[in-house]
Amino acid sequence: MLRRAAILGLRLLGREWKSGELGILLIALTVAVGALTGVGFLVNRISQSVALQANEVLAADLRLESASAALDEKYAIEAKNRGLRTARTTSVLSVVFRDDRNQLANLRAVGEGYPLRGTIGVSQQAFGAPRPVDRGPGRGEAWPDSKLLSAIDARVGDTVSVGAATFRITRVLITRPDQGGGFGELAPSMLMHADDLPSTRLLQPGSRATHALLFAGERKDIERFKAWLNERKQRGERLRDVAEASPQIQNAIDRAGRFLSLASLVAVLLCAIAVAMAARRYVQRHLDSVALLKTLGATRGLTLAVSLLQLLIIALVAAVLGSAFGFLAQEWLLKALQGLLLADLPPPDLVPLALGLLTSVALLAGFALPPLLQLSRVPAIRVLRRDMEPPPPVIWLAFGPAVAAVVFLVWYVVRDPRIFFGFVIGLSVFTAVLALAGWVLVRIAGSLRGTVGVSWRYGIANLSRRRAESVVQIVAFGLGLMVLLLLAVVRNDLLNDWRRSLPADLPNFFFINIPPDERVAFFDFLAERGASRSRALPMIRARLTQLNGQPIESMTFKDPRGEGYSRRDQNITWQADLGSDNVIVDGRWWTVAEHGRPLVSISDEYQQGLGLRIGDRMTFDIAGETIEAEVASVRKIKWDSFQPNFFIVFPPGLLDELAGTWMTSAYFKPGDGSVISELVRRFPSVSVFDLDDLLSQVRSVVDKAVLAVQSVFVFTLFAGLVVLLAAVQASRDERRYESAMLRTLGASRGTVARGIIAEFSALGLLSGFLAAIGASIAGYFLARQILQVSYIFDPMIWVIGLFGGGLLVATSGWLATRSVLKQPPASTLRGGSA
Amino acid sequence: MTKDIVLEARDLSKEVSSPEGTLTIVQQVSFQVHAGESGAIVGASGAGKSTLLALLAGLDTPSAGKVLLDGVDLTALDEDGRARLRAERVGFVFQSFHLVPALTALENVMLPLELAGRRDARSGALEALERVGLRERVGHYPRQLSGGEQQRVAIARAFVTRPAVLFADEPTGNLDTGTGAKIADLLFDLNATSGTTLVLVTHDRSLAARCGRVWVMEAGRMGPG
Repeated sequence: MLRRAAILGLRLLGREWKSGELGILLIALTVAVGALTGVGFLVNRISQSVALQANEVLAADLRLESASAALDEKYAIEAKNRGLRTARTTSVLSVVFRDDRNQLANLRAVGEGYPLRGTIGVSQQAFGAPRPVDRGPGRGEAWPDSKLLSAIDARVGDTVSVGAATFRITRVLITRPDQGGGFGELAPSMLMHADDLPSTRLLQPGSRATHALLFAGERKDIERFKAWLNERKQRGERLRDVAEASPQIQNAIDRAGRFLSLASLVAVLLCAIAVAMAARRYVQRHLDSVALLKTLGATRGLTLAVSLLQLLIIALVAAVLGSAFGFLAQEWLLKALQGLLLADLPPPDLVPLALGLLTSVALLAGFALPPLLQLSRVPAIRVLRRDMEPPPPVIWLAFGPAVAAVVFLVWYVVRDPRIFFGFVIGLSVFTAVLALAGWVLVRIAGSLRGTVGVSWRYGIANLSRRRAESVVQIVAFGLGLMVLLLLAVVRNDLLNDWRRSLPADLPNFFFINIPPDERVAFFDFLAERGASRSRALPMIRARLTQLNGQPIESMTFKDPRGEGYSRRDQNITWQADLGSDNVIVDGRWWTVAEHGRPLVSISDEYQQGLGLRIGDRMTFDIAGETIEAEVASVRKIKWDSFQPNFFIVFPPGLLDELAGTWMTSAYFKPGDGSVISELVRRFPSVSVFDLDDLLSQVRSVVDKAVLAVQSVFVFTLFAGLVVLLAAVQASRDERRYESAMLRTLGASRGTVARGIIAEFSALGLLSGFLAAIGASIAGYFLARQILQVSYIFDPMIWVIGLFGGGLLVATSGWLATRSVLKQPPASTLRGGSA
Repeated sequence: MTKDIVLEARDLSKEVSSPEGTLTIVQQVSFQVHAGESGAIVGASGAGKSTLLALLAGLDTPSAGKVLLDGVDLTALDEDGRARLRAERVGFVFQSFHLVPALTALENVMLPLELAGRRDARSGALEALERVGLRERVGHYPRQLSGGEQQRVAIARAFVTRPAVLFADEPTGNLDTGTGAKIADLLFDLNATSGTTLVLVTHDRSLAARCGRVWVMEAGRMGPG
């Protein structure tokens, strides 16, 4: 029977194709798959590229560092075998001499290939404008930074000596990608070639040098290599990726990722709507044909097999065409945006193609299979009595596969339990509310039909007569409009808010080592010079010695971050108030009455790294004193606030006597170099840390990510409009026969046209109204729960929702059904309503 | 003589439930049709003619009683079994033609042969269309054909499998008198030449008069013809 079904199915498919019957289902599905794969390709390439840009902070995708011994060559060999690029750097503190002047500097000897990501900025004079170069100094060359150059009063062309070797200054180092966000690099620095290091004889046993191995390559190769390294690295070796090197930039990447997956989700939903509507139409149109086939002797199995085969072929064709269309569309978009986005986008991988195919098949299976099963149950007697419908479906069978398909695709896109459950629950509630409200509104509209003109009466009567159909359409349009509104209106608010989280007056200088007795004078100085200062916090070095009474040396941690935290000295502070850039995620912040008690608050990274829980006891060695404190709260820190923040915070009154120094951050207008020079002269013990470069790196990542997200959203928006248009097409047939009837009865084309427009406008207004409610609520939750930005309600959403929805649905309805009016009524009536 | 009986209804009843209670549409109908005979079921609207036709053709199942088609008890078969029997031994002509709009005239006629898995579908269908005088219009879609032409395609489709019984539901109901008469001629000619048994439901007294037997339906019961 299968062979017969295959032959018959293919023949019928070919014939239906020739007659134009399959066009709409194929177009709807192709557009939907195209939208999804297009967005998929964009998201894929842009997130790869944002990650690449972010990795410039490390000058690599991954760094392995060791503060003691040189790193084993086997790591580099393994990396090369895996097709990764590598480079070595060694940093050592030493004095640089020029004639009678000298300065302690951080010498960075860099090997071939450095930097693996990003570029070095050099100039011919101190503080000059940087010119990018993509390789480090050659042998015998030295590239001191501006601070070092000024301190030893040197210029390009001079000779400097370090240890036992001498070097010629050929360029001034202005920026290098891995200048970092930590405070370890306060000393002036100088770049030299790695092969020159032995001749300086600085590296003696026991000398304090930091060795680093840099790795870069394809993302998946890097991920695998990272796992390999984590298992094999020795104690004292530290693995760093961008998340650890720059939490600020990681924050930006994460947020961009969430925005982009939102766009993918919207595409999935639109896709689902289009397929659902098109599948309904397919089934409606085939009720008579299947009844006839059965009358002519086709069994239920044969009709089902024929329909399944047809749908499978349509799915495959749509998947192929849609993927190609999606790829071309995003290529075109990226070409149009060239120069605005990141310079060179990596080529897309094939994941979105697989997603396109998967979506096409999953959605068709989910949305089209249940109606197809229904279709095969059409009674043959329908040929005699057209009112005979298939028996009503079992609810779970009708909706189960559709729900499963959407849930599966949502999970495939987000892979984050919190967002996943939020989205699925939100979507279910919204769909239920839409259906209920749609039903109520259709009833109310029905009772209004006596009070409006003939066109509107015809339109509204249609709505309330086809109640179930109208509710389905309201749900579909409402969902579609809601996600489009969310994109069109809320998108701007969310993205602006994100930008606002990095205002122009963000602190750009950090000051540390402020002596307690100079604190007041120092702050006064800042205030007098017009700097806006953030909070000031004490800073004390501490070492974790025990956890719950167990010596820390005897413990091992699964999380590599925990290994690092447990072995290194940490800066700690005390604080009475929780900053606005900190949120308590577990436990609670101390009250005034608890000041002086042995409590400690830790950051969530620290808590996860060491696997700590509220109530755990931590013992610290602080300047020779042992202090045991209980974990009272866990904080999530917004690192991109650029304010002083610490992993470990104590309440006031416990460490006051131990205070070492203070730190703060402040914003100076760019070009206030003279103020900084004056400050350095007046407060020589204060270390100044210039954050401008890091800030501009973060800003650049955010700006480009915002632009990328915008373009993806606009693309999705257009794709959504096309999908909605294709969905409206689905209702064309129902109107064809009625229009012919009305015109036969003497209605003018204009009256029928106005009736159709009235029906679609009413549908659009109703769905737009519900969509505006949905988009407002969804926007609020998105902003607060998922993207963590504040949300300002925008009343425009109602205006656009209501009128935009009405206009959009009416226009698309009109465009889709106007051909109905062009046909002479006789030809429609002669062809029957089938 | 039993083998000559092609169609037999025994105490056939059909009840449906409605908001007003149970309605009996067909009530204890019994009759026999012999091979090659032609018979008309006549009666007013709502008398139960079309329901009886649906029961006789196995498109619907009776509430009580039996239908024997070419010796096979239809009521003992499941839906698929009845479909297979129809494919082999039954042809249909409907008032509203019921051609598949996406298929050409030729493809519509090929359909029952293809369903039966016949390899000669195309040549068989061409021959059938030739017999109804539509050889020149095989590539036309239903919407490009007149009502009479559409019904002729439907008749070609009904006869193409050389069925034992042909059921026709108001075959001329949608046509003007002249065209209706031509269609009736065609139907009876084919019935005579192919030896098919013809059972038709009609309002049209003149059409009924051309049949060998007439059964009158009244309020679900079959009266004397």
